[in-house]
Amino acid sequence: MSNILEAQHVVKRYSEHTALDKVSIEVPQGSIFGLLGPNGAGKTSLIRIINQITAPDEGIIILNGERLQPKHIEDIGYLPEERGLYKKMKVGEQLLYLAQLKGMKKAEALEKLKHWFIKFDIKDWWDKNVEDLSKGMQQKTQFIATIVHEPKLIILDEPFSGFDPINANLLKDEILELKQRGTTIIFSTHRMESVEELCDNIALINKSKVVLHGGKKEVKNRFKDNSYTVQFIGDLPHESGIFEVLNTQALEDGIIQAYIRNTQEIPVNQLISHLIQHVELKSFNENIPSFNEIFIKVVGGEANEIL
Amino acid sequence: MNKILLIIQREYLTRVRKKSFWIASIVVPFLIAGVYAILIYLVVNSNETKTIQIIDESGLFKGKIESEKDVSYSFINKSFETAKKDFFKSDADILVNIPKDILSNPNGVKMVGKKSIGMGTQFDIQGSIEKELRNIKLKNANIDLKILEDNKVNVNAETFTLQEDGQEQSSSSTGAMILAGIFGMVLYISAFLYGSQVMNGVIEEKSNRIIEVMISSVRPFQLMMGKIVGVGLVGITQFLLWGILTFTASTATSALMSNKIEQKVQTMQKTGLNKTEIENFKKEIKDKNPLAGIAQTVENVSLGKLILCFLLFYIGGYLLYASLFAAVGSAVENALEAQQFLLPVTIPILASFFIGQAIIQDPDSKLAFWASMFPLTSPIDMMVRLPFGVPNWQIALSFTLLVLGFLGTTWLAGKVYRVGILMYGKKPSWKEISKWVFYKG
Repeated sequence: MSNILEAQHVVKRYSEHTALDKVSIEVPQGSIFGLLGPNGAGKTSLIRIINQITAPDEGIIILNGERLQPKHIEDIGYLPEERGLYKKMKVGEQLLYLAQLKGMKKAEALEKLKHWFIKFDIKDWWDKNVEDLSKGMQQKTQFIATIVHEPKLIILDEPFSGFDPINANLLKDEILELKQRGTTIIFSTHRMESVEELCDNIALINKSKVVLHGGKKEVKNRFKDNSYTVQFIGDLPHESGIFEVLNTQALEDGIIQAYIRNTQEIPVNQLISHLIQHVELKSFNENIPSFNEIFIKVVGGEANEIL
Repeated sequence: MNKILLIIQREYLTRVRKKSFWIASIVVPFLIAGVYAILIYLVVNSNETKTIQIIDESGLFKGKIESEKDVSYSFINKSFETAKKDFFKSDADILVNIPKDILSNPNGVKMVGKKSIGMGTQFDIQGSIEKELRNIKLKNANIDLKILEDNKVNVNAETFTLQEDGQEQSSSSTGAMILAGIFGMVLYISAFLYGSQVMNGVIEEKSNRIIEVMISSVRPFQLMMGKIVGVGLVGITQFLLWGILTFTASTATSALMSNKIEQKVQTMQKTGLNKTEIENFKKEIKDKNPLAGIAQTVENVSLGKLILCFLLFYIGGYLLYASLFAAVGSAVENALEAQQFLLPVTIPILASFFIGQAIIQDPDSKLAFWASMFPLTSPIDMMVRLPFGVPNWQIALSFTLLVLGFLGTTWLAGKVYRVGILMYGKKPSWKEISKWVFYKG
């Protein structure tokens, strides 16, 4: 799978701090890429560089195999975190304007907009003033503005912030549909549940540096700690030389649930055979860390060090 | 379509479609025409002829004081006391008593009126008496009035400016002053009116949070220039509308008022006023037409040159100031915060306006020269100087400096704008803004 976007050793400095410190990421074509990190880590700085709003002090951005240049503006759709619309303009007129600024011909833009207005069932909004729209309606309008020119790469900065659950679901469905059609989507967020659900690849930026980068599975595997959740009936010794019981909890019907660690890192089958010597096993699951845990571990760990 | 054209189009159309634009475009000319109508009305009505009875105890004035445009005199042979009793029954407005000893006691004149006596009327009557009194005194001193009349020489010099080719060019400085004043005002108003519209437009984009979507599609400089040009075109449209509507409305007003003026002229003729006074009256009304000033002037500078210079300096000055206003708008989040940063922008505008008034008094001073060269003041001050005649090399130099000036300010403003529009949450200091200029785009 080729990369639609590569950032290579990107550095961005402001007078008092370095916003990006030798940041390199690779975004595979057709994937959903999560750009994660706490507030102020440098996500928006990187996104602005990709959108050519600002230029990097060092490093380069490659889009579709070419160095980033002004013509690429038309290949990118961008929904910023700070997003708004001209309040005094009509919805249709405004979308037509924004689409034309992305390089579309007027007739073509009109055609595509019609399609979206029918799809979202908002035909009667065309002549409404933006200021008369509800917040949810404005979000839909902004989303259409982001994708109407059918960009190859869509960048969504905190797309779910401020969305009600219904619109958030609608957005999620649209993101998945766009992916199916071959569009690459980068979205930046610090909401880990949406990362879990949508992303194929992630990069975690903390304090201006990429601290974690790769496919979702690969990253998770890296953070596995050889622990398992088991449910059983019987008595499990605390230490066996092979595993260690971290905690236990009594469930209904005499079933006990325990977190155990495979201290010797023996194969799973051997571990299970050890266990069944002691208890009657009801279930056995490998603990795979959630992104929430990984995030807290990576970012929070450092924060604790500072404290 | 080119993106900058799209931006210009949007900026222009959204403003021109606003109700407030049309209200301003229509109301202002009608206000001007209204003021004109009131002025004519006042000229026609307020100067009613006052009838004045004179009791001449001295016997010196009978037949000597003649009625004028606003005052009609009649002499009565009654004592002041009886005349006062009869006064209310008579149709006279004012009763004047000239004492016997008027020659030695010029302050002894008494005036009574049915209503309080207006200053104008008072001065008219006093003037007539003074004039005759002087004649009598001169005569008593054996000075021949005729000699005195002959000695009254009226010097009315025609002023010319000498051209290098030896030609004399008449310089009508009243006309020039009026025109200079108009140029100065138009540029002054435009700089503030449309400059602040640009600023508010930038603030609006920033506070609406649409700015980031915009600059992911177009270069910040394109967006800034598109807005500046778009608003500039709105300004030109508005001035054209004002010009056309003011002309139409004033013409209509004088047509509507012509009946009244004609009536007044007729009554004036009936009261036996001489022709010059009637002509003066007609001229007075004509002069009150707001457009008369422009039409009368342009004698010593060719109209084409004036219009060309006006357009060049207008556009140059507008671009220079509008870009500064845009930079201020980009650095703040609301109009209130902008005040602090506006001062360095508004001070040169105000200064050039006041210098302009000094230039009208002395168009060839050193101050006039330097103010018309310095790009921050030259748009207004060169235009103020222009009707008085400015050598071509000075115009060319001043315009070159202005072009360099606005290239400089738009470059600087572009740098500040680019960074400023993405700054939220804190009010920047001057030091920070100056740092923005050096950020890498």
